[in-house]
Amino acid sequence: MRRRCAFAAVPLLLGLIGCGAHRDVVELRFWAMGRESEVLASLMPAFEREHPGIHVRVEQLPWTAAHAKLLTAVAGDSTPDLCQLGNTWVAELADLGALRPLDAYLKVDTAIAAADYFQGIWDTNRVGGTQYGVPWYVDTRLLFYRKDILAAAGYTSVPTDWASFKTLLHKIRAQSQGTRYGILLPLNEYEPMLSLALQSTTPVLKENGTRGNFSNPDFIAAFTYYISLFYEDLAPPVTNSQISNVWDEFGRGYFAFYVTGPWNIGEFRRRLPPALNGQWGTAPLPGPHGLDASIAGGASLAVFKNSAHPREAWALVDYLSRPAVQERFYALTGDLPARRSVWASGSVKDDPLTGAFRDQLERARPVPPVAEWEQIMTELRLMAEHVVRHEYTPAEGALELDRRADRMLAKRRALVLAGQLP
Amino acid sequence: MKRHQWGWLLAGPALIVIAVFFLLPVLAALALSLTDYDLYAIASIHNVRFVGLRNYADLLGNPLFWQALGNTFYFVLVGVPLSLAASLGGAVLVHSKWASCRGLFRTAYFAPSVTTVVAVAVIWRYLLHTRYGLINYALGHVGIAPIDWLGDPHWSMPAIILFAVWKNFGYNLVILLAALGTIPADLYEAADLDGAGAWAQFRLVTVPCIRGTLTFVGILTVAGYFQLFAEPYVMTQGGPAQSTMSVLYLLYDEGFKWWNLGRASAVAFVLFLLMYASALLQARLTREPAA
Repeated sequence: MRRRCAFAAVPLLLGLIGCGAHRDVVELRFWAMGRESEVLASLMPAFEREHPGIHVRVEQLPWTAAHAKLLTAVAGDSTPDLCQLGNTWVAELADLGALRPLDAYLKVDTAIAAADYFQGIWDTNRVGGTQYGVPWYVDTRLLFYRKDILAAAGYTSVPTDWASFKTLLHKIRAQSQGTRYGILLPLNEYEPMLSLALQSTTPVLKENGTRGNFSNPDFIAAFTYYISLFYEDLAPPVTNSQISNVWDEFGRGYFAFYVTGPWNIGEFRRRLPPALNGQWGTAPLPGPHGLDASIAGGASLAVFKNSAHPREAWALVDYLSRPAVQERFYALTGDLPARRSVWASGSVKDDPLTGAFRDQLERARPVPPVAEWEQIMTELRLMAEHVVRHEYTPAEGALELDRRADRMLAKRRALVLAGQLP
Repeated sequence: MKRHQWGWLLAGPALIVIAVFFLLPVLAALALSLTDYDLYAIASIHNVRFVGLRNYADLLGNPLFWQALGNTFYFVLVGVPLSLAASLGGAVLVHSKWASCRGLFRTAYFAPSVTTVVAVAVIWRYLLHTRYGLINYALGHVGIAPIDWLGDPHWSMPAIILFAVWKNFGYNLVILLAALGTIPADLYEAADLDGAGAWAQFRLVTVPCIRGTLTFVGILTVAGYFQLFAEPYVMTQGGPAQSTMSVLYLLYDEGFKWWNLGRASAVAFVLFLLMYASALLQARLTREPAA
């Protein structure tokens, strides 16, 4: 036993020696998720050469566990220095008081100018008038479609308003004698429905984000339109896991349109058969009366309040936001750059498939910054499924959504009333 | 030292471990279930309020809880008898004097219960696929139209039950097989002489002889099936239309997805009471008939 203790002390001693040798090097803990976390390693050497006093330790989190892990870290006071945050999570962590306000840094650091960012995306990082994050990469939802199927239906471009878009879907469905669907809207995703809902200026939450506002005529119109695609047999009532392999089915032409995000550009390129080269494209989402908004998604970089090295963390945020680094990051991941200046030149501009995203991002609209947002969206998804299965009408569903949102926001209401939340 | 002091001394370490790692957390959870501990409590502990039994009242007023409860009972009431029948049937077959390659069958039947649920779920999702699945392909040959196993709210639970029974029956089979091995052969000889057929022998000799083991296996299986979670989590995520949402799944969502730890603790205690009541009921129902 004693012997084992002696050995156990060896790494400890080495650790002490190590600390002594690098006393002046600051170690930054940086949490990142998914593919981005894998790519970061290759971006760090250049940053560390520029800042010899900083060493960055990138810690990888899987997307599926990231949210729970972040909350656990906040609860246990073990947050990293900075983090990649899904931008709908910024409000939640800001409400928890876990993030550091960045306005002071932004005032000094002129390299990061809000005007160079897509407005809707930038705003997802503002909570109660304070900036808590800097957009890193962006995404939004739009249409991926089969050009050959469209051509067979006699179309050269995608209609831009709801009514004529639906006419096209009907044509595709009729031409295939019912073997092909117009569009895939997976029932396990709320984003396609939310994209349509964001196309009206009436927000889905009211009274400073403390009550649901789903039963407004604009939302009900969007909800009714979305549901009608299922009722009229234009969209199959399935989840992604029932489809098994979206790319195969898209290749086979089981559906002509698919509402999804930019990460699928790379996936489609890799996975579709070569015969379909040039036979598919991307297009902005049709709106109620012509092109309109969609989700302002993506990820931001945020610094935690408990970080002992906020200055160094900001240096890393600044580095990752540089146009040249964003350009390289795009080449490595395919993640769309958050800055307009990066879009104005280089490889992202030349890609014909990203053009629709550039267009859509200008109209991206942020969601209400409340901590309960993810939970409310889960209810939206479930309610959409109930309505698809004829258990509620769209109007009844919207009313029930208000009831559920009000219940979830009860604590928030109390805290806002007590003045503890902005 | 007195005799009983020695007893405390020897049992002491184990009792301390139980108190620290079981009793205390349970009491803490009970206390938690009386508060509205949630996301905002992480920001500041002052945001926690004592709410008495409101979490329990909310739970009873939540339609999703009743649906989850109904789904869980559906799973237990259909799944447990099926699972026990499959285990017992399999054990009798493997144990029968005509069976060959016993070791092989025992291993093959036991194999699913030691594989990881996530890995086999991938295979089962393919088997159950509406358009390409082997199961619908086989059903097609006897003239049954394709069933949307994981997409139709009426068929999702049967699919989950099928999967769970397949996954779990081997474990009980091995226990029952051991019990069958302890029945003296002369009982069967005597039954033979009395003219009892195979069914009568099974009913009057086999079952009474392994009654104790059956009860044990039954209680464990019910307790296990009440905690339905992994199967829907990997196969359906509780859907379609929440038809495979179980009580434990509700707890997971409340506690670990939405961080409503107060409400999640209340769910945990309701589930505990349910399982406790069902174990008591079973013990009473299967008590040895008074001679």
